Amino acid sequence: MGDKTMTAEEVVSRLASGMTLGIGGWGSRRKPMALVRTLLRSDIGDLTVVSYGGPDVGMLAAAGRIRRLVTAFVTLDSIPLEPHYRAARERGGFALTEVDEGMFQCGLRAAAQRLPFLPVRAGLGSDVMRVNPDLRTVTSPYADGETLVAMPALRLDAALVHVNRADRLGNGQYLGPDPYFDDLFCEAADAAYVSCEQIVDTAGLTKGAAPQSLLLKRLSVTGVVEAPNGAHFTSCAPEYGRDEEFQRRYATTPWPEFAARFLGADEAAYRAAVRDWRKEEERKEEER
Amino acid sequence: MRFTRAEYCVIACAEAWRGAGEVLASPMGLIPSLGARLARLTFAPDLLLTDGEALLVRPDGTPEGWLPYRQHLELVAGGRRHVMMGASQLDRYGNQNISCVGDWALPRRQLLGVRGAPLNTLNNPTSYWVPRHSRRVFVERVDMVCGVGYDRAAGLGGAARFHRLARVVTDLGVFDFATADHSMRLVSVHPGVSVERVREATGFPLAVPDDVPFTREPGAQEVRLIREVLDPAGARAREVPEGAGS
Repeated sequence: MGDKTMTAEEVVSRLASGMTLGIGGWGSRRKPMALVRTLLRSDIGDLTVVSYGGPDVGMLAAAGRIRRLVTAFVTLDSIPLEPHYRAARERGGFALTEVDEGMFQCGLRAAAQRLPFLPVRAGLGSDVMRVNPDLRTVTSPYADGETLVAMPALRLDAALVHVNRADRLGNGQYLGPDPYFDDLFCEAADAAYVSCEQIVDTAGLTKGAAPQSLLLKRLSVTGVVEAPNGAHFTSCAPEYGRDEEFQRRYATTPWPEFAARFLGADEAAYRAAVRDWRKEEERKEEER
Repeated sequence: MRFTRAEYCVIACAEAWRGAGEVLASPMGLIPSLGARLARLTFAPDLLLTDGEALLVRPDGTPEGWLPYRQHLELVAGGRRHVMMGASQLDRYGNQNISCVGDWALPRRQLLGVRGAPLNTLNNPTSYWVPRHSRRVFVERVDMVCGVGYDRAAGLGGAARFHRLARVVTDLGVFDFATADHSMRLVSVHPGVSVERVREATGFPLAVPDDVPFTREPGAQEVRLIREVLDPAGARAREVPEGAGS
C-alpha cells in the first residue's frame, strides 16, 4: 500500500492550466485554503472551477485563474456577498454555469457513479434553464410521464478537499458536524488531493472517533497533505471556527494588496503574515 | 400594550408555519427565525428546527437530530419542509430573484446566486420575507427567476405538483397568491401602515380586497416569548426599525 503523503507544492505540480477542478467545503466552511493558496502561487489558470463557492472562488476569480465557474452560490456566510467574486463577475471576468444546489449535488453524484446524468426536479421553470441552454430534460418512461431536468455529470480532472485527519494511505476523516460533499468531490475526480489538519496512524483514526467519521476512502484519494490550519480563514470544526476578523480584512482589502501582503512564498510565510497582522491589530486596539 | 412593527412581523412570519405539522421549518433571516421558533413554542409544537448548521435542535438548543447539507437537500426533495426565503426581487406571480440584478450575462450587481431556490419552490411550500418593502423588490419582472412563481409553474405539468407559495411577509404587511390567476394579494397590513402606502411601494398592480384587516396582535404569551426568551437583546428592531415604511 502506497504512502500518498506529499507537499502542497507537489499537489499543484500535478495540476495544469485548463483543468476542471472541484473544490470541497461549503461557502466559508472547511475549504482547502492551503491548497488554494499554493495554487495561487503557481501560474496555473484557465480553470473550470466546480464549487459550492466561498473565498476559494473569490480568490481564484480575483486572480483571473477561472475560465468557467460551475456553482449555485458564492458566499462568505457571515458576509453574505463575496466581494472579490462580485467584482470579478461584474467585470465579466469568467464564464458562469449557474445551477441549483440540488442540481449540483446530482451532477457530482452522476460523475461519481459514471452516469451521463441524473434526473432532478429542480431547475424547471426557473431561469437556470435559460442561462444554461445546453441543459436538457428527460421524460419519465413510466406512467407518470413527468418531465425532469437531466443534470449532466460534473466530472472533475482533480478535486481538492480539506478534512480534520487522514492516514498516509488516503483514508480521510471529518470530525465536525457536516461532511459537506467532500467524498462526492473525490469520487467524481480522476485525482483527489486531501489536505488535513493532522496525519495519524490508521489505527489512530478510530481511537475516540466513530467509524462513520471516515468520510474519504483511500481508493478515491491520490495525495495527502498535512496542512495544520489549512482551512484558514474558513472554519474547520471542531479544531477552529472561522477567523471572522481576518475574513473581514480579506473582504475589505483590494485583491492585489491582500495577495501581496498575505499570500507569501509558501504557507509558512502566509502564517507569519497573518501573525504579524494580528499583532498589529492588537497594538491598534491597545492604542484606542 | 403597544407592539413594535418588528413584533408584528415576527407574528406574521410565525403564522406561515401554522398547521404545517411535523416538518422542517427553514427560516432565512432573523425575523423569520424568531417566527419559526415562536411557532414551535406555541401553536406548531411538532415543527423541526435547525441550528443553522448540521443539527436539528429543540428551541433551547438541545440537539435532536443530524441534518448535514446532503440530507437537507434530500429532505427538500422529499417535501417535508416549509422554507421562508429572502427575495431581492419578487414579481406578482411570486417569481423570486436572489442571483443578480441586471442582465445575467454581465450583471450590474452580482448577488448570492440561485442557491436552492429552484429546488425549494418545486418541492416544498415556500414563503418569502422582505424586510424593506419597496418598488426595487416588488417589480414587474425579475431579472433572473430563481424561485419559481405561479405563472411559470402552470406550464410545468406534473413537475409542479408540489409547488406552493404560501405567503409573503414584509415590513408593511402580509400577502398571498389566493386569487383566480394566482397574482399577489394583500392579506393584511401591519398597524400604522395604509393600503395606499403598500400600493405605492409595490411595482405592479396588487390585488386588494375591499376590507383589509390589520395583522393580528401578538398574544400575551407570544409577546413574552419574543421579548424575554427568543430575542431579549432586541435584535429584531435592527432588521425592522420602528416606524419602518409608514
